[in-house]
Amino acid sequence: MDASKSGNGGAGWDARMIDEIVAGLADKPGALMPVLQAVNERVGFIPPDAVPAIARALNLSRAEVHGVISFYRDFRTERPGRKIIRVCRAESCQAMGAVALAGHIQSRLGVGFGQTSADGDFTLEPVYCLGNCACSPAIVVGDDLYGRVTPARFDEIFSTVTSSRSSR
Amino acid sequence: MTAVVYVPRDSSAVSLGVDAVTEAIRSETASRKLDVTIVRNGSRGMFSHEPMVEVAAASGRIAYGPVAARDVASLFDSNFLDGREHRLRLGVAGEIPWLKSQTRLTFARAGVTDPVSLDDFIAYGGYRGLRRAIELSADAVIAEVTKSGLRGRGGAGFPTGVKWKTALDAPAAPKYVVCNADEGDSGAFSDRMIMEGDPFVLIEGMTIAALAVGATQGYIYLRSEYPHARRALSEAIATACSNGYLGANILDSGKSFELEIRLGAGAYVCGEETAMLESIEGRRGMVRFKPPFPALEGLFGKPTVINNVVSFATVPIIIERGAEVFRSWGVGNSRGTMPFQLSGNAKRPGLIEAPMGVRLREIVHDYGGGTASGSPVRAVQVGGPLGAFFSESMMDVELDFESVAARGGVLGHGGIVVFDETVDMARMARYAMEFCAIESCGKCTPCRIGSIRGAEVIDDIINRRRPRENLEVLRDLCDTMKFGSLCALGGLAPLPVLSALKYFPGDFGLTPRDVDFIGADLTISTSGAASTHAIAGR
Repeated sequence: MDASKSGNGGAGWDARMIDEIVAGLADKPGALMPVLQAVNERVGFIPPDAVPAIARALNLSRAEVHGVISFYRDFRTERPGRKIIRVCRAESCQAMGAVALAGHIQSRLGVGFGQTSADGDFTLEPVYCLGNCACSPAIVVGDDLYGRVTPARFDEIFSTVTSSRSSR
Repeated sequence: MTAVVYVPRDSSAVSLGVDAVTEAIRSETASRKLDVTIVRNGSRGMFSHEPMVEVAAASGRIAYGPVAARDVASLFDSNFLDGREHRLRLGVAGEIPWLKSQTRLTFARAGVTDPVSLDDFIAYGGYRGLRRAIELSADAVIAEVTKSGLRGRGGAGFPTGVKWKTALDAPAAPKYVVCNADEGDSGAFSDRMIMEGDPFVLIEGMTIAALAVGATQGYIYLRSEYPHARRALSEAIATACSNGYLGANILDSGKSFELEIRLGAGAYVCGEETAMLESIEGRRGMVRFKPPFPALEGLFGKPTVINNVVSFATVPIIIERGAEVFRSWGVGNSRGTMPFQLSGNAKRPGLIEAPMGVRLREIVHDYGGGTASGSPVRAVQVGGPLGAFFSESMMDVELDFESVAARGGVLGHGGIVVFDETVDMARMARYAMEFCAIESCGKCTPCRIGSIRGAEVIDDIINRRRPRENLEVLRDLCDTMKFGSLCALGGLAPLPVLSALKYFPGDFGLTPRDVDFIGADLTISTSGAASTHAIAGR
């Protein structure tokens, strides 16, 4: 749960950025979710050190904010790898070989679900349905959705991504 | 003359490389100095042929597919802009039997129009329902919806008109309209296709609901896994606002309705309506006790109409054409059409809108063509991760709320996932419990603990650790979860487990006799077999 564990040193945010995000959204009814989503999106994760400021601005307890962060899969408390690879584990994809595909991807990246590769390049996450069931199995690399992914097609995608390395 | 080429922007088409196809068309157009307009339409849902490119030719819209970027030059060489012959030519899109045989009411525009073009939407009949709704009284609109027999397309099948009437009669203010667009079921993608392919119809349906019940604020709770839907919806909402279809004094009706998208954050349980409300309010997505029902005390404690995307998207055509037209399709208490979504190991997967009561065989075999792998169909899961598995011998089941329920299943969201011979049904049953454990909100014990225990017990049975005793534990556990859970997540998770046990006992190392405590309707007989029969061979 410590940002300093990440490969990128946990840089890229400061208190002013958080205040700015909160100020822009605080008037919405039920503002906490949009605030957390905006922080998660801009910073890449929700720094634990930012929680007190968010709680104060929204007149919530830190426990309430922490409770919401820990409930939702999307909210990270550590900086992820530069690219996030999400692999669908749901039924339709399973029917088309998602279990074997997930195994292939894990061994290719050398990490399990929920882990970031040692070089900080990739974080592997499970996802439960991308709505791409008719083109199973499906994965997301960064912002890009792929369908009918075989291990061989993953290798192609992976080599394209690693050769044209662009940071998230 | 400008040629018009339609290239889908649907995320499934994107996942198959349609953006590279678009680029290739642009560059061929430039190098051949042709005058071509590219329209990014939605998908018609025939995913076996996506990316499917269409051209507006004299003889109609001619489809070609599946098109890869490397095919584009040869399409131009064959004069596909005039609809000429090519090995990928599929003929007039609307005449392709797979599409033509469907009954497209809710999905009439999907794949046909430019989803974010208001002009297209109106040219193809959009906003006629809203205009008629403005002329009618609130009671008349709700009576029409009630008379149509429309039941919720999100899974529970509750009569839409009844829900609206309750909210209309509730004295409190303000009132809200909330669209549940947290389409989390594996095998379900009809909501996504509406939002990406015809977002205005959802906005129109929600606006009709708002005007009918007197709501002034609406939310679409959209799952974060759908960024393409978010973009299309955001653009459509902005366009609707700037053209007087949303905001203050809609079409000079004197009524106002604001609409905002709220995103989910990767929690399946937020598809349960009260968990969704908690999430919009900024809390953990924990299920609420009911009553009070959301129609009376919903979002921020106020009367709230909550419907699924497809339910809202079906309202405009009901108001436009009248309840009787919609009612004329379907069977029994399941009226109208249902967008069935065929996926998994299917040869021709996709979106099949058909009248309620269509047989499972027609979807899986006639439309689907059996498995993608070519080996026999072994199991079919109907209605999402909490739906029952059916075996190949049950293909005669009619797909409507009552008929599926009579076999112990749920129609759910209309998702149908096909598995071939390689499937291990014991593993699928275990996955159902594992999924429930991962996604449980934790509020009630049967779901929170039962699902974890369920996965452990299934492991024990698979690994032949005291299978007889463990089968008894599993039976009782399923019974407890079914009757003791707060919501459908824990309440229905036993369905895939019991159906897998009932129809595929061999995969668990069991015999049919071992599982004869499970009735034909998947109910559990507590005086049944597991406690009285010795398990064969042990």
